[in-house]
Amino acid sequence: MSVALKGLRRLAPQLVTLAVVLALIGFAFPGFFQLNWQNGRLYGSLVDVLNRGAPVALLAIGMTLVIATKGIDLSVGAVMAITGAVAASLITSDMPLAVTLALTLLVGLACGLWNGALVAFLDIQPIIATLILMVAGRGIAQLITEGVILTFNDAGLIFFGSGSVLGLPMPVVLWLLFGVLVALLVRRTALGLLIEAIGVNRRASMLSGVRTRFLLLTVYATSGLCAAVAGTVAAADIRGADANNAGLWLELDAILAVVLGGTSLLGGRFSIAGSLIGAMIIQAINTGILLSGFPPEFNLIIKAAIIVVILVVQSPASQSLFVYLRPERRDATPVTRERPAR
Amino acid sequence: MASDVVRLRVQGASKSFLGIRALDRVDFSLRAGEVHALLGENGAGKSTLIKVITGAYRRDGGEILLDGAAIDPQGVTDAQALGIGTVYQEVNLLPNLSVAENLFIGREPTRFGLTRTGEMRRRARALLGQYGLAIDVGAPLSSFSVAVQQIVAIARAVDLSGKVLILDEPTASLDAHEVDTLFEVVLQLKARGLGIVFITHFLDQVFRIADSVTVLRNGRLVGSRPVAGLERIELVSMMLGRELQDEERARSGGATPEGAAAIRFTGYGKRGSVAPFDLSVRRGEVVGMAGLLGSGRTETARLIFGIDTSDGGQAEIDGTPVTLGSPAQAIAHGFGFCPEDRKVDGIVGDLSVRENIVLALQARRGWARPLPRRAQDELAARYIEALDIRTSDAEKPIKFLSGGNQQKALLARWLATDPRFLILDEPTRGIDVGAHAEIIRLIERLCADGMSLLVISSELEELVVYASRVVVLSDRAHVAELTGEAVTPSGIMQAIAAHEKAAAA
Repeated sequence: MSVALKGLRRLAPQLVTLAVVLALIGFAFPGFFQLNWQNGRLYGSLVDVLNRGAPVALLAIGMTLVIATKGIDLSVGAVMAITGAVAASLITSDMPLAVTLALTLLVGLACGLWNGALVAFLDIQPIIATLILMVAGRGIAQLITEGVILTFNDAGLIFFGSGSVLGLPMPVVLWLLFGVLVALLVRRTALGLLIEAIGVNRRASMLSGVRTRFLLLTVYATSGLCAAVAGTVAAADIRGADANNAGLWLELDAILAVVLGGTSLLGGRFSIAGSLIGAMIIQAINTGILLSGFPPEFNLIIKAAIIVVILVVQSPASQSLFVYLRPERRDATPVTRERPAR
Repeated sequence: MASDVVRLRVQGASKSFLGIRALDRVDFSLRAGEVHALLGENGAGKSTLIKVITGAYRRDGGEILLDGAAIDPQGVTDAQALGIGTVYQEVNLLPNLSVAENLFIGREPTRFGLTRTGEMRRRARALLGQYGLAIDVGAPLSSFSVAVQQIVAIARAVDLSGKVLILDEPTASLDAHEVDTLFEVVLQLKARGLGIVFITHFLDQVFRIADSVTVLRNGRLVGSRPVAGLERIELVSMMLGRELQDEERARSGGATPEGAAAIRFTGYGKRGSVAPFDLSVRRGEVVGMAGLLGSGRTETARLIFGIDTSDGGQAEIDGTPVTLGSPAQAIAHGFGFCPEDRKVDGIVGDLSVRENIVLALQARRGWARPLPRRAQDELAARYIEALDIRTSDAEKPIKFLSGGNQQKALLARWLATDPRFLILDEPTRGIDVGAHAEIIRLIERLCADGMSLLVISSELEELVVYASRVVVLSDRAHVAELTGEAVTPSGIMQAIAAHEKAAAA
């Protein structure tokens, strides 16, 4: 109970931001919140936000862990292209769906392990280490697709893009499932604590016996795996693998989602739920601009302006300003919080 | 040789950082034509004093007089224009540029806005010729040895300033022959009437080249003396902070326990770090480690704890050989290590006191076996009470605690792993008096409970209270082991001084 409350308090800024963005869109387009049940699945603009935001949400899960270790993974967009190409080329050469999916995930894992090895064992700065695959990745993807957009018609694979489970689009189910799984994994084990410790002070963690290299390898591998799922979803959605455009610039959206979610780029404390909400904020803005009917050339600028406002409000400088403006908090005596009743 | 003309005089210089006095009313005077050594352990205030003189820091108080006139340099460039040049330990030149370019960067001889390379090289050759250095000035600086690079840096600094030269640990990365070359240059500059400030950790170099010496400790002036007639032991005691007269306090710590060594290292060592040594610690014994800065104390701890790996030799626990290839391995064998630099190597600042306390234990259990939250809370509560860690809440980020309380939380981190062997590197540095005494009591209590401890400390009067044996290090080697009645501050200082002298001879 108290843990849930604490979690809510931690996520309050993100939830408020999301609510404000949604309310603004709803104010302009009253039909925005309408939901319809047709042919056994849910339709509506809100569902659309959840669905379209799936790739960034999936990427943000892995990115959160990487950023928590004070790292960054620029390669996830390129890994999406690689894994999408792998999935498409395997399925078009008549591989069974299970084999296709397993190999696709394996390729994503391998990409993550490559990044992780560069960071953990060669001590290359994460931004440079992952830049290598970011640049090379699209080349690799083009080699796999042999320079064409590889289309497919396998119903099983397409299901991951446009199918639905319990009325929800499959991509939404996937990111929710993945988010809950990874969040449970890191919070129910000691992974979360150890990852945060590395992000705050890698040397001190190493000297306390934390296996920093293994953990770094793990987070980059997780990021690669998440990118593989995102790549599969993106390919299944358009029923083809586009080596040039699949996941293009999505690494930046994923980083932004993590930052909007309240995880600092300096590493340490992280929140996967926060990052997922961050991804939805970004998608809500995208959808809102699309609905608004502004000429498309304004889209990126409007999006940038909204994000600047959000980040300014969340910045440490304005946080301390808010604290200063709140009169009852200005006395300096530390308040001992009561321990939660057990 | 030194004249009586005072070149540079600093009076009552003070500097505080966030309320902590890094420099407290320090006086310093440098005559023309003298080499003046500036000594002190880490954090004594040497570099703060230098930075105040060169204007890199704004001083809070005091004044600086150059040739009798008050100066107020606004920065390193300003100080250079006034005549004060500085050469740092890490040569701050551009290794990819040529020697000539390095000497004249920012003031290249030009014609119509273009650099006259030939003229620049001619001048560079002439400049370096004054120091007896005939090298290809067109070659990149990086193709020469560190000693030559140092001389180029000195030549540039002297050419730019010409009254006062500050050398910040110039010999730290030089071999014996290169030191000779550098000293020849220093002597030559001294003959020219420059005042030279020489910062070093090597006492033999002080006696070899310096005319006078000033010792700082904890931001305060301990004293200035002419080197002629100064006893080595007197200098060591100035640095380590102990008057020889009020000696021989009763030792409470003491009796070496009976029995075989619980932890034993034979032939442990690492090239370039610390010479091979033998070391053993019994159960319920505190072994102290003393030596000047850079003598190999911390290096020994790093080897023992598996941060660095030994070139050879063997480690044994209760007679069984073990491998210590990483901290994780050492911890698995029941070792713990509280490092000297708490902020960089110890605390995980943004995490809570609770998380900092459970970190080592959790790391040893592995990620898949998390300590239940209730067990974490209990551990934290137990140690916060037992060690009297002053915090409003176990969930407070540890970075908000005072130094002494951080140190106690780090001790708690290791005690939670129930270690058999604990290494403490300067456990009482930079913490307030109250916490100081508590940590010493804790060391004694742990020892009485049967734990083996290795304590590195510069606080000799403290060390002799709890250590039953003291290993003395000098020049990256274990040089003496004092036991029983010999464990006194003066005994330790004599052992250090004796070896420093032997090294100089």
